[in-house]
Amino acid sequence: MTAVSARTGMTLRLEPQPGEVIDRNRPLEFTWNGQRFPAYHGDTIVSALAACGERIFSRSFKYHRPRGLLSASFLDPGCTVQVGDEPNVRGAHRRVEPGMVVSAQNVWPSLRYDVKSVNQVVGRFLTAGFYYKTFIKPQRLWPAYERVLRRFSSGGVVAKDSAHGYYDKRYAHPDVVVAGGGPAGMAAAVAAAEAGAAVLLVEEEYELGGHLRWGDAGQLEALRELRAAVAAAPGVEVMTNSVVNGRYDGNWLGIVQRNLPHVVERLVKARAKTLVVAPGLIERPYVFEGNDLPGVMLSTGVRRLVNLHAVKPGQRAVVLSANPEGDAAIDDLARAGVEVAKVVDGRRGPTIQRATGSRGVQAVECADGTVVDCDLLVTAVGWTAPTALLNMAGDRPVYSERAARFLPSLLPDDVLVAGGIAGDGPLEQLTEHARAVGREAAGRAAETARSLCAGIPQIAERRAGPPDPEPAVALPELPVEDHPALFFSGTRGFVDFSEDVTAKDLIAAAEEGYDSIELVKRYTTVTMGPSQGKLETVNAVAVLAAATGRTIAETGTTVWRPPYAPITLGALAGRIFEPVRHSPMQPWHEAAGATPLVAGAWIRPDSYGDPAGEVRAVRSGVGIIDVTPLGKFDLRGPDVPELLNQLYVNKWSRLDVGSVRYGVMCAEDGVVLDDGVTGRLAEDRYILTATSSGAATVQEWIESWLQTERPDWRIHVTPVTTAYASINVAGPRSRELLGRLVEDVDLANEAFPYMRVRVGRIAGVDGCFMWRIGFTGELSYELHVPASHGLRVWEALLERGADLGVRPFGVEAQRILRLEKGHFIVGQDTDGLTQAYGAGLGWAVKLDKPDFAGRTELVWQSRRDDYFRLVGLQPVDGSVVPPEASQIVLGRGIAGRITSSRMSPTLGRSICLGFVAPSLTGPGTQVTVRLPDGGEVAATVMPQHAHFDPEGTRQRG
Amino acid sequence: MLSVPCPWCGPRDETEFSYGGQAHVAHPAEPDALSDHEWSDYLFVRDNPRGPFAERWCHSAGCRRWFNAVRDTVTHSFLAVYRIGDPVPEIS
Ligand SMILES: [Zn+2]
Repeated sequence: MTAVSARTGMTLRLEPQPGEVIDRNRPLEFTWNGQRFPAYHGDTIVSALAACGERIFSRSFKYHRPRGLLSASFLDPGCTVQVGDEPNVRGAHRRVEPGMVVSAQNVWPSLRYDVKSVNQVVGRFLTAGFYYKTFIKPQRLWPAYERVLRRFSSGGVVAKDSAHGYYDKRYAHPDVVVAGGGPAGMAAAVAAAEAGAAVLLVEEEYELGGHLRWGDAGQLEALRELRAAVAAAPGVEVMTNSVVNGRYDGNWLGIVQRNLPHVVERLVKARAKTLVVAPGLIERPYVFEGNDLPGVMLSTGVRRLVNLHAVKPGQRAVVLSANPEGDAAIDDLARAGVEVAKVVDGRRGPTIQRATGSRGVQAVECADGTVVDCDLLVTAVGWTAPTALLNMAGDRPVYSERAARFLPSLLPDDVLVAGGIAGDGPLEQLTEHARAVGREAAGRAAETARSLCAGIPQIAERRAGPPDPEPAVALPELPVEDHPALFFSGTRGFVDFSEDVTAKDLIAAAEEGYDSIELVKRYTTVTMGPSQGKLETVNAVAVLAAATGRTIAETGTTVWRPPYAPITLGALAGRIFEPVRHSPMQPWHEAAGATPLVAGAWIRPDSYGDPAGEVRAVRSGVGIIDVTPLGKFDLRGPDVPELLNQLYVNKWSRLDVGSVRYGVMCAEDGVVLDDGVTGRLAEDRYILTATSSGAATVQEWIESWLQTERPDWRIHVTPVTTAYASINVAGPRSRELLGRLVEDVDLANEAFPYMRVRVGRIAGVDGCFMWRIGFTGELSYELHVPASHGLRVWEALLERGADLGVRPFGVEAQRILRLEKGHFIVGQDTDGLTQAYGAGLGWAVKLDKPDFAGRTELVWQSRRDDYFRLVGLQPVDGSVVPPEASQIVLGRGIAGRITSSRMSPTLGRSICLGFVAPSLTGPGTQVTVRLPDGGEVAATVMPQHAHFDPEGTRQRG
Repeated sequence: MLSVPCPWCGPRDETEFSYGGQAHVAHPAEPDALSDHEWSDYLFVRDNPRGPFAERWCHSAGCRRWFNAVRDTVTHSFLAVYRIGDPVPEIS
């Protein structure tokens, strides 16, 4: 879209203001709905537009009413816009940049003439509980409802092809985190830092200062002093345009940081010893008829616009003021050249009745009956304490009738409050209190550091944490000042601007019986929109309280949960930082074009392009596979047989030096935990192997027994998974190949038979061990080579075996080979309920051992026959491979499932392993397998798991 | 996220640990001597108190040590950590 020039310039830009944040020496241009607009650096998107006379920035969610500026802050519900391909940008917060392409969301065909505002006419159908009443019956119409509703909803547009932004993650361990960089937050941060704490000061706006920034000369001077103190304080890290988004157990804080160059957002995970919550107060809108018209603004919004951005907010104003902030706004308006036509003092009884106008305020009807023409209505009726972080720390704030806001009640020791959320008072008193809070926060952090280090002498000596605090002094109390309770005038007007929920909706919900605020919230969606109740909650409570004849304190409030502010999924995902494990042979695999397989943390070759060919090479000649991820543990000590006997279902006491044995581990409930072979390399040295995926679990299980149940056993366990590169050499010609590389071990069948281990030298590499086992069902040797020599041995095997037709094979070929041989895989062919007998492992279970993990349960299982069993299965039509997890059905019930299935290159037909119900286990039984597409195929239960060479003659040859 | 005070390494994030359930539930010396009821108590039944709870943790991604802790299930604060084999400390 080619931008056309704006109709106007910055006609509403004021003379330079003392606290303005715009840089008039740096003008820029951006586009809004296809038109070019001028702005200054430091403008927000909306302040720049307002300076050019724009008043409507969005259309509301349900009724498509025109919306303008309200709070001129991040929370402003009417200022959500699309920036380039980024939807839902807070236009009253985001700073405008040169060339920025900004457009309105939720409008059609244009912001000015929105067809969908016809919803205002049909609005009576969009009443309280609309969603609940619509999405009932018939369910088949839901998609249709959704399609219609989506056209009317206010989300922006996500471009599927937008560039992937850079998101970051950081871990921080500050002593004190101060959430909020207003005067109290700055004072607390400085005091904590001066007391020796490492402080993180987090501020949502682009610069520190809070409300001082739009204050008078005295406040601007105080701001300069506080900023200088922060800059001079040792150990204060300041994060602006950042927000503490959640507080979790142990003061674990999620902080979204947005002020970094080239980083869209960074999620800081901070473990703070003390958290000081100092967010200030949020100005509460007033509920009355017409309160959402463009031109109705909060006093803080007006003050921000005039003092920070030098924008004249209107021409002729009515001001409803119930506090000093409102009074100050009157002065600001006068200085900005706005005619203040009428001031209604909210401290003296009735206020205003309604605002009228079509695309903005045109007149205000006061409670005294007077009607005043104006284009601006400013309200200053009170404050909401943003207690979100306190809620997350377990606090349930209590309502103060006197202050007309909620106050903190019972905080945990590691959370403190400062500033307006804690109480009232002149600036001097608030900052004095905040300094005391900051010192206390540092003291508590030091106490925590000391208790954390206690009992760990080497840490206590090395790092003592922050220095000792001053002797504890009780925190000064902050007073609470009287404030009139002004929430609504009558029963009309919007409570929730972002969700288009009116006071009438809440009253209707109460009449329908929804008398709890938590229910009303869910029923009407009040406080569930983008501003998440920060503007609306207390008004909603007040309206409900009036409708149900209760007080606000009796009605209570909703609980704020994380996140405090919106966070992108990118920030949650963070930088891609996932460590992976490779075997030493990985460079070779990559050069050979292997298809990678992600297996847990390991990347391993799935195949080298031809799994079936790889299978045939193993069956007819020789193949080699990298099995380095196999879990390996070096066990030493006289009591190793005791451990093996305790953890495996089979017997281990008579395992000779030079022998290996296959073992099955069960948990205490008899469920198969892992399997693998263990070999005895020397009198008191064993190597235990575990499955690649089960290695971590097995190690924890072994350590649990050694450390907690049998600390008297003399055993030392060393994980050596990555200390050895492991290669399986498999196939009828494996002995011949290995004979060319092994120097000091006699490989003859009689000298090195099946299920034996030998230590020796392979391809010139000392310290290798090899065992003769057969996962593939072929004559095979598993070589374990010191890892740094793994690649050399791998290459030597391929080089010396070239004339034997040696081929590398990947995990896929190995899975086919083992399935042909009927070997199950723990976790693939078993699940969390598979006890040993069900997996067909009865032959391995030695119930005559006095004790082993799982024995009692297996004794129980051995006396029954009502469990599903793993069986070999062959589809009658050998060309059909039922996908894994296909159900086996019997009548209308499920009677099992396929756990593994492949086309066997050796047999030329499909083969499976699967679980079947007790009645179906007999060899030759025909079962029905239901395929995912609904079709059914017949399969035959085989007499044993092995589809190929069930007698096992090949592996013993 | 909890900060778990490993007695060997100091406070570390919960993600470094694995949870081992209630402490002081030993594998029976003679499982065969137990009635079915006693065995199922050992295998399946655990306390679920509101307040201090003695439980096992393993610093899996750290020192790999198992240890015991008393944690308040209401506040999630760790009241004590102690070695396997030591008795439950008195919590004042
Ligand atoms: Zn540790």
